[in-house]
Amino acid sequence: MIRTRIIPALLLENDSLVKTVRFRKPTYVGDPANTVRIFNELEVDELLFLDITAAKERRGPNFEVLTNIANECFMPLGYGGGICSLHQAKKVFDIGFEKVAINTQSAENSALIEEIAGYFGSQAVIASIDVKKNLFGKQTVRTLGGRKNIRRDPVIWAKEVEKMGAGEILLTSIDNEGTWQGFDIDMVRRVADAVSIPVIAHGGAGKVEHIIEVVEQANASAVALGSMVVFQKKGLGVLVSFPNNINWN
Amino acid sequence: MITIVDYGMGNHGSLANMFKRIGVKSHVESDPVKIAHSEKLVLPGVGAFDRAMATINNAPGLREVLDQKVLVDRIPILGICLGMQLLTRSSEEGSLPGLGWIQGDTIRLPKSNDLKVPHMGWNVALPKTPSLLTEKLVDEPRYYFVHSYRVHVDDPAHSLMRTHYGIDFDSAIGRDNIFGVQFHPEKSHRFGMQILKNFAELNI
Repeated sequence: MIRTRIIPALLLENDSLVKTVRFRKPTYVGDPANTVRIFNELEVDELLFLDITAAKERRGPNFEVLTNIANECFMPLGYGGGICSLHQAKKVFDIGFEKVAINTQSAENSALIEEIAGYFGSQAVIASIDVKKNLFGKQTVRTLGGRKNIRRDPVIWAKEVEKMGAGEILLTSIDNEGTWQGFDIDMVRRVADAVSIPVIAHGGAGKVEHIIEVVEQANASAVALGSMVVFQKKGLGVLVSFPNNINWN
Repeated sequence: MITIVDYGMGNHGSLANMFKRIGVKSHVESDPVKIAHSEKLVLPGVGAFDRAMATINNAPGLREVLDQKVLVDRIPILGICLGMQLLTRSSEEGSLPGLGWIQGDTIRLPKSNDLKVPHMGWNVALPKTPSLLTEKLVDEPRYYFVHSYRVHVDDPAHSLMRTHYGIDFDSAIGRDNIFGVQFHPEKSHRFGMQILKNFAELNI
């Protein structure tokens, strides 16, 4: 039977890999090509790269960095950040990636997901949804790397991107990201139960129990890990690792 | 030298990357005149069955040269993912006939509440009929799958590997010089690398 995908989600800032806390305070983690070589040796299930400054700077993907990554990786690869045309997506696929994640543009150009899915299939498109609580605790969807509030409820927005043709949803809790305190179980469950496409839970994983919890209690189809796979422990230095042996109940 | 057939619907980049890693020469080719000189073919494919068949049939000279190389010259060919499904007679995904090089058909994966379609992710493929393509594999090798349709071959002897997802299905098929894998060996670490190595070393 199929195994639950555990996906390191690696953040690109210019030519470097970084890790943030609640989308802020990027800490340098390493050189992308060196780091992915380690993940390749660890035989991880899949890798996802998110360029955290592309959308903000209104620029496209850094194809040179992506080419170096694809040359080292023999697992499924996804990329998100600044993609705003079918042509850019095609270039990412040609390099050797098989999925693109669309976030800001799903709100700004509602035809883009449909266009890429129509050409390359739904399985090639991840809708990335970043969610943050406002002052009153109400959760809304943010774009532009967490900067812009598009005032949509995450469940309603998830259904919309599914309708646009996305094959998966990367659901990130900005409030939990980089905190090591666990996923937003309630939000993941509400979104996963509302759509029929797989939901990748992201933001907050700090130990293996968190992973098991979000899969078994919140119906996440996959999980994305950040801090856990690049740091030794909370507050400690860089250590690239991967939880390869999870004892599912 | 391995020729990766480019008909506009494949992930050539990652295939070429893996061949390079295992020290096998490969090139991506769309020109039928050049494909006519190839020694070994890989037929990749991502997308819809009819669109792929229409593209192959409509590219001037492509279908003819593929039939010649595979059926007359009998050079080894490996179909990957949709490329494997194209080897069969037909698909429930479309109405155009397939290449029909292996007796079998492509049918929809069963859908149920606990099994999402597409079948996407890592799954085990177990060797069935022994073949040069599946030699030297570790116990329980795992592969990356993304597909909504599956292949069923008429002759069980043509089923080289089987995978379970709701039902058991043929995840690798082959007869004589013609092979196909439903999974993506180029995205499946050392497990897939071994399959591509075996194919590169095939001497039929």
